[in-house]
Amino acid sequence: MGIELDFPAVLERWPNFLGGAVLTLELALFATVLGALLGTLAAVGRGTHSALIARACKVYVEAIRNTPLLVQIFLVYFGLASIGLKLSAFTVAVAALTINVGAYTAEIMRAGFEAIPRGQIEAAEGLALSRVQIYWHIILLPAVERVYPALTSQFVLLMLASSICSQISAEELTAVANYIQSDTYRAFETYIIVAVIYIILSLVMRAGFWGLGLVLFPRRRRLGTAL
Amino acid sequence: MGGHLNVNHLLFLGHGALWTIGLSLIALIGGGIAGFAIALARISPHKSVRLLSATYVQLIQGTPLLVILFLGYFGLAAIGLKVSPLAAAGASLTLYVAAYLGEIWRGSIQSVPKPQWEAAEGLALSRTQRMMKVILPQAIRIATPPTVGFMVQIIKNTSLASVVGFVELMRSGQIVNNSLFEPFAIYAIIAVVYFAMCYPLSLLSQRLERRMGRGMVNLAPA
Repeated sequence: MGIELDFPAVLERWPNFLGGAVLTLELALFATVLGALLGTLAAVGRGTHSALIARACKVYVEAIRNTPLLVQIFLVYFGLASIGLKLSAFTVAVAALTINVGAYTAEIMRAGFEAIPRGQIEAAEGLALSRVQIYWHIILLPAVERVYPALTSQFVLLMLASSICSQISAEELTAVANYIQSDTYRAFETYIIVAVIYIILSLVMRAGFWGLGLVLFPRRRRLGTAL
Repeated sequence: MGGHLNVNHLLFLGHGALWTIGLSLIALIGGGIAGFAIALARISPHKSVRLLSATYVQLIQGTPLLVILFLGYFGLAAIGLKVSPLAAAGASLTLYVAAYLGEIWRGSIQSVPKPQWEAAEGLALSRTQRMMKVILPQAIRIATPPTVGFMVQIIKNTSLASVVGFVELMRSGQIVNNSLFEPFAIYAIIAVVYFAMCYPLSLLSQRLERRMGRGMVNLAPA
C-alpha cells in the first residue's frame, strides 16, 4: 500500500481549525490572567507571617506541581459534577488550567520577591511610603520585571497544555483535530496541520509578550536587561 | 456496575503505576541519549548543524506533547505504519524529552566559565579531550538539579499515554472507574500516587540546587 498524502482534503476544513485555534487562545488568555492573579496571591501568601496561610499556599503549590494536569482536569470536572455543579466544558477547562498555572506562577513570583534586596524595602520605609505603596512599587513591579521572561514562557507552555482539555470535550484546537481526523480518515495530515498551527500560536504569543514587555517595562528596554 | 474498591482494583492500579515508571525510564533514557546529541549539536562549530538542531528544538517546544502523541499513534497508522501504544508513547516522549533535556544541557555546558574552555585550549587538548575531561565533568554538576527537576515533568507527561490506550497509571484508573464509577475518589487516589512518585524528586532537585551554593553559576529556571 502506497502512502498518499492529501493535505487539501483536510485544509478545506479551515473554518473548523480557525474556530479551534481561537478557542485555544481564549482558554490560554483567561487562564493566563486568572492564573497570574492566583499565583501572585499564593506567592504573597507564602511570605506572610501567618503560618497557616503560608502552609496552605505551600501545599497548594506542591500538590499541583507534582501531579499531572490530566488528573487535575478530571478531578475538577468530576469533582464539580459530584457536588451538583453542572458547568460547561469551557468553564471547567479554564478553572483547571487556572489552578494549574497558578501554582507555577507562584513559584516564579516567589523567586522574584526573594530577589528584591532587603535594603530597598528599608529605604522605602525610611521614605515613609505606605505598606501598599511599598508592596506595589518596591516589591511587586520590580519582581514582575525581573521574572517576566520566565513568566511568559510558562504562559506559552500553558497554551500548549490546554490541548489536554480536549479530553473533557472542550472544543479547542486538539478536539477539533480529533473530530476532523475521524471524519476524513486523514489523521497524519490533520495532526501535522494542527502541530503547525500550535507552532504559529506559540510564536504569536512569544511576539505578543515581547511587545507587551517593551510597553510595560521601559527600563528593561533602555538597559537591554532586567535590573 | 457498582461494587467497592477492592484489593484487585488496587493491584491493577499498582500494575499501572509500574508501567508509569517503566515508560518514564524509557523516555528518560531515550530522551537522554538523543538530548545529549542535541546539546552537542546546538554548540557545534558547523552552522548548519546548529541551525538544524535549533529548528528541531523550536518545533518540538512549540507543539503540545498530546499532538505529537496523536501524530505518532493515529497519524502513522493512517499512512500505513501500525505501531503499538507502547511504541508510539515511548517514541513521542523520547522526541519530546530530547528537545527539553537538550536545551537544559546546552545551557549547562555553556555556563561552564569561559576561562576553563580557554585553559583547556591553551593546554593543547583536542576538542574531544576538552569536552570529556574539562567541560563535561563540570557541566554535569550544573545540570544535575534541573535534570532531576525535569524528571518530574517526564513522569507527569507519561499520563498522556493513557489517551492512546496505553495502560499506565492514569489509564488503569480510568478502567477501574469504568467499573466502579466513583471518579472523584479514584482520580484522587491516582493523584496521590503521582504525588508520591514526583514529590521526592522535586525535593531532591531543590536540595541539590541549594547545595550548589552561591559560589557556583546560578541557572535561571527553565
